[in-house]
Amino acid sequence: MLAGVLLLIFLPPLVAKDLCKDSQDGFKVRLSIKTGLGDDAYEWNESEMFLFRSTLAYAMRKHSNQDTYTIDNILVCNDTQRVSFVFVVTSTDDPDQLIPKEQVELAVRQNKHRINNAFLLSDMTLEFMGIPPTLSAPIIYDTEPWLIVFGVVIGAVAVGIVALLMSTVSKKRRAKEKAAGLSEEDEGIVKENGTALSSLGRKEGVYNQAFSNDDRFTKL
Amino acid sequence: MKLKLKLPNPGLDERIPSHAELEKLELEEAGERPQWDNKAQYMLTCVGFCVGLGNVWRFPYLCQSHGGGAFMIPFLILLVLEGIPLLHLEFAIGQRLRKGSVGVWRSINPYLVGVGIASMLVSFMVGMYYNTIIAWVLWYFFNSFQDPLPWSQCPVNENRTGFVSECEDSSPVDYFWYRKTLNTTPVIEDSGGLQWWIVLCLFCAWTLLWVCCLRGIETTGKAVYVTSTLPYLVLTIFLIRGLTLKGSVSGIKFLFTPDLDELLNPSTWLDAGAQVFYSFSLAFGGLISFSSYNSVHNNCEQDAVIISIINGLTSIYAAIVIYSIIGFRATERFDDCLNGNILTLMNTFDLPEGNITESSYDGFLQHLNSTVPAVFQDLQLKTCDMQTFLSQGVEGTGLAFIVFTEAITKMPISPLWSVLFFIMLFCLGLSTMFGNIEGVVVPLQDLNLLPKKWPKEVFTGLTCVVSFVTALVFVQSSGNYWLALFDGFAGSIPLLVIALCEIIAVVYVYGIDRFNNDLQFMVGHKPNIFWQVTWRFLSPIILLVILIFYFVTTVSKQLTYNVWDPDSDNFPTLKEVNYPSWISGIIFILAGIPSLSIPGVAIIRALWKHCSKDKEKNDERSISGKEASLNTIA
Repeated sequence: MLAGVLLLIFLPPLVAKDLCKDSQDGFKVRLSIKTGLGDDAYEWNESEMFLFRSTLAYAMRKHSNQDTYTIDNILVCNDTQRVSFVFVVTSTDDPDQLIPKEQVELAVRQNKHRINNAFLLSDMTLEFMGIPPTLSAPIIYDTEPWLIVFGVVIGAVAVGIVALLMSTVSKKRRAKEKAAGLSEEDEGIVKENGTALSSLGRKEGVYNQAFSNDDRFTKL
Repeated sequence: MKLKLKLPNPGLDERIPSHAELEKLELEEAGERPQWDNKAQYMLTCVGFCVGLGNVWRFPYLCQSHGGGAFMIPFLILLVLEGIPLLHLEFAIGQRLRKGSVGVWRSINPYLVGVGIASMLVSFMVGMYYNTIIAWVLWYFFNSFQDPLPWSQCPVNENRTGFVSECEDSSPVDYFWYRKTLNTTPVIEDSGGLQWWIVLCLFCAWTLLWVCCLRGIETTGKAVYVTSTLPYLVLTIFLIRGLTLKGSVSGIKFLFTPDLDELLNPSTWLDAGAQVFYSFSLAFGGLISFSSYNSVHNNCEQDAVIISIINGLTSIYAAIVIYSIIGFRATERFDDCLNGNILTLMNTFDLPEGNITESSYDGFLQHLNSTVPAVFQDLQLKTCDMQTFLSQGVEGTGLAFIVFTEAITKMPISPLWSVLFFIMLFCLGLSTMFGNIEGVVVPLQDLNLLPKKWPKEVFTGLTCVVSFVTALVFVQSSGNYWLALFDGFAGSIPLLVIALCEIIAVVYVYGIDRFNNDLQFMVGHKPNIFWQVTWRFLSPIILLVILIFYFVTTVSKQLTYNVWDPDSDNFPTLKEVNYPSWISGIIFILAGIPSLSIPGVAIIRALWKHCSKDKEKNDERSISGKEASLNTIA
């Protein structure tokens, strides 16, 4: 009878271990604490494992909307020094039945960031083999930043072009006015004298073709 | 020593201003030609023209691939024997004849106008593709104002389970360059249409250039205070940043480790000569133009030596900076590779973390190999070789837009370094473009093709608009391949031909004796034996040798190019593909037309003169005939 009682006491954990080891519905988990945290790395011990099991139970609760999952539903085995192990989730109604792989996967994916944060790790350092990480959504800008910078530069260039062109135009206008002003002064002087010759101003005289010297045809 | 060999050149004295006329011009300052505000503007403009993107991304690569420190020897020798004499020649002839490139060659002999036209064509073609590179630089610059930088991580695919496959197979920087920037097609025939974002950047680049060149050297003279000095400031900042990063010293050591055997390789000397030549921006006509705005008695000999030294030192300085950053990147890659392998080992053998470190890695590998060789083979660990990572230092656009941008993403405060780096590249490129525009606009004015009374703003604006429209070729998806084509053929052989013609024209057509006298008038003393020997023999011979070698290698090699093809077997390595057959026509247009315009214009002019002489003779005969008949009547 003692043997029977002992068997009854030790059977569940043995069975549990078998459930975990042999099942197809388990996932391998791998933690790289030293890689992720460097000097702030914590020691992996039973308490950390307890935290892990409880976070997984929390994930199952959220996914299935049943508040019946407890830490005993999460079974762990194949512990290694690497800090990697396999876990399975048992059903709340029947401790011998395992929750199928797909359900567990969905639960983990939904709550991955909460599980990561509980351990201060990331998708790279807390891996669930077989569950691809859901990558964060790309940042969508209302206006692309490069268009803003482009607009600023083009605006500055446009201002520069307009300023330079206007300064050229105003310089030319000033030069014209100066030239017009000088020639007005000349006419004034000529008018004072009033003689015909001086009215020619700065011209070199009138070209009289009869007395021209550069006849092309006299090169005999 | 008077030169006996001199080609006949009648009428030279009528075409050029005499010394007395130059003195008068100097005293009265009556010339219509623009002038530099001060010597510093002139020096900065010339330094800016010479120091360009090639100093940053071609010289360091050549240095590292041709034996490191040993490359300095052919580089410095050829700098002294080839670069400085040609530079002095261009400065002196511009200062003496006081015209742009077409004007100078027309003054020396009207049959040489082709040299000026060739310079103008080459300046135009090179300017077109060079500014497209600046457009790419601007694109990266605009995209640097965000954190994280867009080339630091792969974009996520539709169902957010992984990254886009093209990016996953290559790398985020490759993906951003080939897909997001260029949107490149697998072959050059596949045009792929215009990429609107690069069109905008190209428009920005040309308008920026126009605003700086609007009134010729009046505006560029002010712009160069910033564009020529900023690169040095940024290089220094990067040097300080680089030296504080891990692994930078290994990069510098790798750069300068001398391999004296490379000196026996002729291609080392050839590459050194070509680099010196292209680095000095000779034969574009821009330097002649810039020098013609100087006062007559400016010491051009001193200027040439100073600018050559600055150019050489800048190349070496830039190489140090670039390789310190490449060393950092190689070390990061090596560490990542090693850590990846260590992780694989730990995962396979379920060892606790920290069991294998970088130092115990090799020992552990050997232990594994001896105990469980089968498992070890299956692991497929990557080979992590520091030398491979260091020699991945590529050249050209690959260096700036792939290797360097990757290094920047690994530095803290990446957007700041990215902004600084691309501003530096922008300034380097823009100051070179000033010289290119000068080399196009001034000959255009000298050729009297357009009305003379049009203001300078119209000339520069027209050049910019026409160049922008033709440069849209480089904005298509296949644009990168077109650019490589232009770079390889339009900017190489024609320049060598033009430079050779320049030096022969000045020494043998203008006359080295007259040239020596001019220099004595301008500078105060006759050029010494070094200049005589290099101008008469050494520099032309070196140019001829480089030209022949270049020509032979270009003609004999297979016409292939490298493409980015996501469907190829070796992806992400670039695939080598043959050019289509019609490319030879394009190559002939690019390289042949400028080179052939030199004899072509001479022949056309000779024919025209012959025809007009015949016409004159006929006219004279008919007139004298008429006069005889008049006399008989009278």
